[in-house]
Amino acid sequence: MSRLQAKADATSPIPSGLPRSVALFLSFWFTRSIAIIGFIAVWEIVPRLGLMDTTFLPPFSEVIAKLLELLVSGDMVANILASLYRSLAGLTLAVLLSVPLGLLIGWYGRLGDILSPLLEVFRNTAALALLPVFILILGLGETSKISMVLYACVWPILLNTISAVRNVDPLLIKSARSMGLTQTTLFLKVVLPASLPTIFTGVRLAGASSILVLIACEMAGAREGLGYLVNFAQFNFQIPTMYAGIIMLSVVGLTFNYILLSLERRLTRWKPERA
Amino acid sequence: MTAMLNLAASDAPPAKIRLHRVSKTFAVRDGTGTNTGSQEPHSEFVALSDINLDVRTGEFVTLVGPSGCGKSTLLDLLCGLATPSSGQIFVNGRPVDGPGLDRGIVFQQYALFPWRTALGNIEFGLEAKGVPKTERKARARSFLAMVGLGEFEHHYPHELSGGMKQRVAIARSLSYDPEILLMDEPFAALDEETRESLQRELLGIWQRTGKTIVFITHSIDEAVFLGQRVAVMAARPGRIKAIVDIPIEARAADDDIRSRPEFVRLRHQVWALARAAASRSMPGETLAAA
Repeated sequence: MSRLQAKADATSPIPSGLPRSVALFLSFWFTRSIAIIGFIAVWEIVPRLGLMDTTFLPPFSEVIAKLLELLVSGDMVANILASLYRSLAGLTLAVLLSVPLGLLIGWYGRLGDILSPLLEVFRNTAALALLPVFILILGLGETSKISMVLYACVWPILLNTISAVRNVDPLLIKSARSMGLTQTTLFLKVVLPASLPTIFTGVRLAGASSILVLIACEMAGAREGLGYLVNFAQFNFQIPTMYAGIIMLSVVGLTFNYILLSLERRLTRWKPERA
Repeated sequence: MTAMLNLAASDAPPAKIRLHRVSKTFAVRDGTGTNTGSQEPHSEFVALSDINLDVRTGEFVTLVGPSGCGKSTLLDLLCGLATPSSGQIFVNGRPVDGPGLDRGIVFQQYALFPWRTALGNIEFGLEAKGVPKTERKARARSFLAMVGLGEFEHHYPHELSGGMKQRVAIARSLSYDPEILLMDEPFAALDEETRESLQRELLGIWQRTGKTIVFITHSIDEAVFLGQRVAVMAARPGRIKAIVDIPIEARAADDDIRSRPEFVRLRHQVWALARAAASRSMPGETLAAA
């Protein structure tokens, strides 16, 4: 709270007559939202002033109106759900596959030495470059999209997991071994908890990747989904709908990230807070 | 008269710890030496050479020496985390066969598990011992209280100061009641005041529990203050040059032991030995008495 107090005192467009807690609350949210509000204001004003053609950039209010219309009609919701299903399915499968595999590869050094170069090749090949391969082999259905997301998510999670296991503080391992712990117990009680934060960072990176890759897949060929919506709207010159889809994508991405971040924070409460 | 003992008496009760002609060499990748068939040329680095030391039950022995004299390697060997290249190590008359709960080790950098609270770290030691869950918390609490950190049981290591972390580390080592405590420069990373208070606390714990303690330090002061015997080590190759008896009583008393004339004399004796050892004299050469 002291950080908020400092901020409140420094930047205070808040009238001084308010009770302290209210003033702090308003000040906190003011600082956090001012830039976004500014951005929205620009979005509203620029088209209205004729600085940009309204066909290419409709004012923000128009886009929001369209968004609400689509939400009410259920159209938007159907697309959101389709996209969410695909990306969550891909991400979950990637976690279930990569984490155990990564733990194994990280723990058994030889295996890691042998597989690492190959993994690096895949990691450094942009997932989207393989989109044509997936479409060729798996077509344009749900399978190919989920597989694509799976593929894109596997690498950050796998490599982060391997790195996490390999970079556990050797002193902790030494300390545990000195108490006579078996290899298995050592792995479960020391390596696993120590690796969790880095593994989670991998999951978070994969989460961001998953949405990106999914949208590209949907743009390449789909019958529903947010990527499909944006593409379709653009094709058919339904510009406000296009922007509405993009805003929705933004919201989905932010929510995803926020959820994963909160989960990460809860699981790693023991880490020192970075200022 | 100086009292210098180099080997244990043979008619005394069997030593708690016995190091017999222990040596340890490492292969070091350094571009020199001949290629002996492995990928890169390497040479041999002799960390320890012909170490002989007997430690009696309940004795507090300190090892002092410069960096690179193999002190930490010696502790690794005693702990069972490494095996000697030659020679034998006996604990309670039996050869050391790997790490175990009969020997506890405390490190300079604490080695606390950051994802566990102070209490959780101590419970780790109890879990290793197989103490049933119902007793664990209560016992862990008593060890935490023993080192004076009762109110910090829910704190994570990153919320503790260096001295507190080391106390938790010591409590954790004590929790599974090892007969032998091995300490690798545990107070080196702490400020003077904390160090002195922990030294006194350690002596108190030693007197209360009667454990055998092997304590490594690079501070001559600390070695003489804590140890009943001080083994002076030299580097390159790592070896024990001499062992000095420290017949000071009542160490944990509150008066300034370090200013007592007998302390100063013994300290100087160790200092001179360490000095001579550091000047790379060959083993076996007679060293001047203080």
